[in-house]
Amino acid sequence: MNYEERLQNVSVLGAAGKMGSGILLLTALEMADLSLKPEGKGKKYVINAIDVSDEALIGLMKYLRTQVLKAAEKKIVALRSIYKDHPALIENSEIINQYVTDVISLVMPSTRLEAALGSLLIFEAIKEDPALKVKIFSYLIENNPHQPWFFTNTSSIPIGELDEKAKLGGRIIGFHFYNPPAVQKLVEIIPAKNTLKEVHEFALAYAKNLRKVVVPSNDVAGFIGNGHFMRDILYATREVEKLQKEFGFVEAVYAMNRISQDYLIRPMGIFQLIDYVGVDVCSYILSVMQSYMKGEELHCALLDQLLALNIKGGQYPDGSQKDGILKYEKGKVTGVFDSKKKDYRMIDELKAKVDERLGPMPSAQPWKSIVNNPGKEEILKAYFAEIKNAKSPGAALTKAYALKSREIGIKLVTNKVAFNEKDVNTVLLTGFFHAYGPVNDYLK
Amino acid sequence: MKKLRRKVYMVAGYNTVSMGTGRKEFNPKKECPGLEEYIKEAGQGTLKLIGGAKNVDECAIGNFMGSRFNKQANMAAFFPFIDEGLRGKPAIRVEGACATGALALMTGIKSVLAETAEVVLVIGVEVQNTVKAMYGADILAGAGWFKDRKEGHAYFFPGQFSDRAGAYFEKYGRDKTRKAFARWYRNAIENARLCPTAQEHHNTTKDLEALAMMEPNGRSFVDHLNVFDCSKVSDGASSIAVVSEEGLKRTGIPKEQAIEVLGFGQAEEDLTKKPVEQTELTTSKLAVKTALESAGIIISQVGTAEIHDCFTIAGVMAVEALGLADPGKGTDFILEGNTARDGKFPINTTGGLIGWGHPTGATGVHQAVTILEQLTGKAGDSQIKIPADRPYGLTVNMGGNDKTLVSIVYHRG
Repeated sequence: MNYEERLQNVSVLGAAGKMGSGILLLTALEMADLSLKPEGKGKKYVINAIDVSDEALIGLMKYLRTQVLKAAEKKIVALRSIYKDHPALIENSEIINQYVTDVISLVMPSTRLEAALGSLLIFEAIKEDPALKVKIFSYLIENNPHQPWFFTNTSSIPIGELDEKAKLGGRIIGFHFYNPPAVQKLVEIIPAKNTLKEVHEFALAYAKNLRKVVVPSNDVAGFIGNGHFMRDILYATREVEKLQKEFGFVEAVYAMNRISQDYLIRPMGIFQLIDYVGVDVCSYILSVMQSYMKGEELHCALLDQLLALNIKGGQYPDGSQKDGILKYEKGKVTGVFDSKKKDYRMIDELKAKVDERLGPMPSAQPWKSIVNNPGKEEILKAYFAEIKNAKSPGAALTKAYALKSREIGIKLVTNKVAFNEKDVNTVLLTGFFHAYGPVNDYLK
Repeated sequence: MKKLRRKVYMVAGYNTVSMGTGRKEFNPKKECPGLEEYIKEAGQGTLKLIGGAKNVDECAIGNFMGSRFNKQANMAAFFPFIDEGLRGKPAIRVEGACATGALALMTGIKSVLAETAEVVLVIGVEVQNTVKAMYGADILAGAGWFKDRKEGHAYFFPGQFSDRAGAYFEKYGRDKTRKAFARWYRNAIENARLCPTAQEHHNTTKDLEALAMMEPNGRSFVDHLNVFDCSKVSDGASSIAVVSEEGLKRTGIPKEQAIEVLGFGQAEEDLTKKPVEQTELTTSKLAVKTALESAGIIISQVGTAEIHDCFTIAGVMAVEALGLADPGKGTDFILEGNTARDGKFPINTTGGLIGWGHPTGATGVHQAVTILEQLTGKAGDSQIKIPADRPYGLTVNMGGNDKTLVSIVYHRG
């Protein structure tokens, strides 16, 4: 079975979710492009969008239509040649509308898992629950006569375990998109020990056609992305625990968020990123990783305490940020949750005091002006040299944080999660939009 | 052409801002001013300078594609919306693609020549930011033959002029031509910076030529032009009054604040035919020749020109069509600095279509307003010195791919 044939009948499980909807969109576009090639004529392409509620699927179809329209507008130059033999399609608007119709008509929404029984390829983007995944995979491999391949979007569960427990015979690979899949260039590809060669080859070809940056990762829980991110969380929350004795809790959260964003020149502070991913999701990923890594303490008491108070973060269906550890107004951080008062305290009230404690701010430029700056290497070198020599508490926290981030990155290589330091840096640069990789010599 | 039977003047020019990307106040996510707001602002701007609506005999409005950009037709009926005093007066709307503005001017000129009017209020307007660029390309493609649309590029007109650029590269060499494009862009932006209504007025890029040397990318746009080679999507209106000597008296404007129309050339080419020669603007050449002859002057007597640089390649070819350089030598003429504001033949002193903007139906009127300002010393920061031995101004307004052409020769009144 060749590449095109494999993509003739596909299912996406969890299609209405944050990750699933993006995977569905990208795959539907790829399938439509295949179906519109001269050699695709007369062939049937189907993508089943499977999720648990009708309501979510209705929302998904709306999202899909908007996104396909955007994609069509962007590639109008190519679409004109694709539809050149359709005499009735003359104007760009007619061609764009036709393309949207052609993509959407491939998508079959369903709330029934049985819809996936005819598929040759199944993307899985459901809850990060190993038992649930195994249950579903087992059902599908037993009842689908086509011996389908499974592409799991898990960001933490070892693929080999899913393969063995669901008896997939190597017909599975980790294909980990970053959020949101339609925008983020990075995918981590994680073959299990027994993953079939042709599954791996297909995964690479599919990633290439989606124009993704591929980073291979070994099959170790958390892989590279969460391998770094989760330990980054643990470090930051432990620092908060230390600092709060002197600063107070709310002030310590604000301080570490500021250090990890403004001082480290990252796109988001660590607590904002936790909210973005979801406090519950982060906590769950940690617990999954913990179950595979007995020798390392991966439990975060702070996240559990916050969850007990129903502090979750995450996003509204329109993509805007829900309040979590931090409070947001029009996307901007305006407050920090006070676990004692069980309410938010506004940053305006505490900013001056904390900033004074951190000492004079080094001459950091905002992340935005650095990230795509061709001269960023020199700017960062000079900046971290300044941090290294500065005596302020803020500089000391920054130095320690950057060195910890570097250590986490190096350990991912020595523990054989990543193949090399460059891959670690690529994941942070591409998947997390950092301006520089964690494994660097700026503070040497 | 016979000598004009009467003297015809233009006075009281007014431009709105050319609105679109590049202007700080432009925000496509918010509701933008509509067609009628631009018409009103420009119309009132001119009326104020000519003593009000009571002095107007006739009106002409040029608009290219409001029927699609704004779902609006019957635009002559906006004149009474500008000023109640225009109710009941004759008005007409004209269209000739991107030469629409100059056709509106010609309508005014001919009314004055026909002695049906002493004062004609002429407005050109286009509001194009109502749709995204790829849909705007469909609409603007109406300046070509619709039967060519299917085989045309997604960005139809950039595609047409990219083909011309490709042919020019092949015939005369790519490197120098691309450098001339980049210089053209730099001149346009530098001039626009001096003009407060220009779309590129706020442009702060330091090395404009380096930016404009960006390699074209045929996968996302066209093969031989990059975005800096193209005029932008603009909203705007320009207005002017076309008057007789009697009209000058009536409006109380002294002659030295007017420009006189000395001659003009109009020419049409078959819309259904491919260009006669890809590397030449043959219809432009004809229109300019007719205009100069009817004015009784030669190109070396012209002090400044406003030409139709919808694309840099059109700018290069227009320089040749004007007779300033031989075919293939327009690039040298530009690279030697001749067309810059301090060069020997300053062109597009407020930025032209690339720098000031290209609200299609307004462009021809905007060109006349710039010439009026320059020849009467009212161009503010944009003012250039008009040499005493070359006191004439010239405009070239082009519709479609060298199909509808109007060239006008002016002299200070």
